[in-house]
Amino acid sequence: MSYQHTIHYKTYQFNDLRTLLAKATPFRSGDALAGLAATTYEERVAAQMTLADVPLKTFLHDAIIPYEKDEITRLIIDSHDGAAFAPVSHFTVGELRDWLLSDAADTVTLQQLSPGLTPEMVAAVSKLMRNQDLISVAQKCEVVTRFRNTIGLKGHLSVRLQPNHNTDDPKGIAASIIDGLLYGSGDAVIGINPATDSPQAVVQLLRMLDQLREQFDIPTQSCILCHVTTALQIIHQAPVDLVFQSIGGTEKTNSSFGVQLKLLQEAHEAALSLNRGTVGNNVMYFETGQGSALSANAHEGVDQQTCEVRAYAVARKFSPLLVNTVVGFIGPEYLFDGKQIIRAALEDHCCGKLLGLPMGVDICYTNHAEADQDDMDNLLTLLGVAGCNFIMGVPGADDIMLNYQSTSFHDALYARKVLGLKPAPEFDAWLQRQGIMDARGQLQQVGKAHHLLSYQAG
Amino acid sequence: MSNIQHQHTVKEDPWSSLKAFTSARIALGRTGTAIPLKEVLAFKLAHAHARDAVYSRLDNNLLLEELHASLLPVLLLHSSAADRHEYLQRPDKGRRLDQESIATLQAQPDAFMHRDVAIIIADGLSATAINIHAVPFLNHLLPLLKAAGISVAPVCLAEQARVAIGDEIGERLQAKMTLMLIGERPGLSAADGMGAYITFNPRTGNTDEGRNCVSNIRQDGLQYIPAAGKICYLLQESLRLQLSGVALKDNYEDPSLLTA
Repeated sequence: MSYQHTIHYKTYQFNDLRTLLAKATPFRSGDALAGLAATTYEERVAAQMTLADVPLKTFLHDAIIPYEKDEITRLIIDSHDGAAFAPVSHFTVGELRDWLLSDAADTVTLQQLSPGLTPEMVAAVSKLMRNQDLISVAQKCEVVTRFRNTIGLKGHLSVRLQPNHNTDDPKGIAASIIDGLLYGSGDAVIGINPATDSPQAVVQLLRMLDQLREQFDIPTQSCILCHVTTALQIIHQAPVDLVFQSIGGTEKTNSSFGVQLKLLQEAHEAALSLNRGTVGNNVMYFETGQGSALSANAHEGVDQQTCEVRAYAVARKFSPLLVNTVVGFIGPEYLFDGKQIIRAALEDHCCGKLLGLPMGVDICYTNHAEADQDDMDNLLTLLGVAGCNFIMGVPGADDIMLNYQSTSFHDALYARKVLGLKPAPEFDAWLQRQGIMDARGQLQQVGKAHHLLSYQAG
Repeated sequence: MSNIQHQHTVKEDPWSSLKAFTSARIALGRTGTAIPLKEVLAFKLAHAHARDAVYSRLDNNLLLEELHASLLPVLLLHSSAADRHEYLQRPDKGRRLDQESIATLQAQPDAFMHRDVAIIIADGLSATAINIHAVPFLNHLLPLLKAAGISVAPVCLAEQARVAIGDEIGERLQAKMTLMLIGERPGLSAADGMGAYITFNPRTGNTDEGRNCVSNIRQDGLQYIPAAGKICYLLQESLRLQLSGVALKDNYEDPSLLTA
């Protein structure tokens, strides 16, 4: 089916829905690299005007990647909740945008609507939104998940403590963990990107994390971000809290990551069977990021933002504890500068939340991107206002293993302070018991004798 | 005016002894919740080095002068990415030569063709790394290649280049292998890491699983002598087995690491 729009005497024609979605996307380098971006400013607005008039129902019968060809399309169509969709089924994309911003769309209404929305509907409506709209709508969403603590409550901001080390040295990792805990980080997860994917090394690190957590009775969860097949291999010999996997929005992208829905299902069931959560059983941790489909040459002619939102359909199936969009990691050929990174992060966060996911953002950049810590400060503040569930805590914002810059423990404290946000309630109580923070969220000065400083990594 | 205390605004962290275990930026101290200025400026300086490295240029005059001593002919080439801005957004253009470079390679005499290895020196994401390390490293490698009887094509200096441009260069020189020396993506702790990629049977369109990579060649990383030994070994094995990449295993034993 083709779509068209006339501006003055020029008629713009878009041959199919995926072309229309791509042309309507705010400019980013990845879509230009893929040859999918609008070629003029006018064409982009023409596409947005055309997209605004597309009925939401169209997305249910006009698949952007064929049903027969892609298991994520099948997942999206087969799991669509018609009853939840009914209240908005008469809307166009443009009408949905206006309604989402109205007072009628409150937190409870949006939670009820969520299973009725498909990724493509959500991607489409986000393309018609300004940054302000993306913040405003996301701020109304609330997605709460639980394992050993409660993440995502309004008025709270959690932090993934990321104590990476370039040789996975347990003492080096432990030093960064102690630093992070004493700065109030670690309630989302203590999560390590291992330098190698060796099962032996993963088991060793998992044991160390678990022992540390038990010794200090920390109400949090740990994760080694190894491949899902590695986690499955060691799940019965090591204390696995959360199972991690990077995912993308097309079947081919996931193939390039070495995963299919069936494998994720198997991992989900295995993690649930361990029954290690105390206050809930959200056991999966997914990472995503715009550009991964194009990078794997698996985008199927779909723009990078729509691919990203389709990845959230995969995540949604497995009720994750955390979904983290690693927004600026993949490089300037996908998101060129601070402006593009900020826009993409706000889109990812809003779209994920609308689909009912516990969204966090790795606010980050590489050194060949046009970005610096000022851009990160801007984005952190915007995401704090938008109600982001969690961010990264990296010592001094400099990851010595992955060679990129993210947010620091200090940055997380800044966001909590200026926006009046608190850690996860169980973790907050622990921080107060430890004398690390007071009841008002003020960081305390700990002494040399603090018992966390007595920890010795094995 | 309230009585503002000037002294001890910055609170030190009493766990600075943990710094011995990691180069991560821990125990930074704080003022309020902010990172103290001293640490903010140290971070900024490291970022500045990384940024300057990304936008650094190959010092062709210096490299030509230094390479002259090796008595090897040198060709100056350029990718089809016009400038740094385009290079960063269009990796496809950084992988292909521009028309002038193609003409340069086509004009080479037959005597320069069909050599065992074409050595390509490319800026990649840090020309700084190449300006510092490429020639001193080659000064260690070239005698090893000579001793091993490996013949060398003219050295190519390629600007605005990505790894895969070596495939086109090697193919046009009809070399059996390419050795690409290229500036790595700079991190905050090192802005001058040089990577080396070995590809057997270079052809446009080759993919990364067909390459061997030796990375982090720099003063505080992999030193020149062990790097040269390892790379000479890999080139010899590549010639012997007629392949490179995942099927070519690095079983090199560094003599400097062997105990007596």
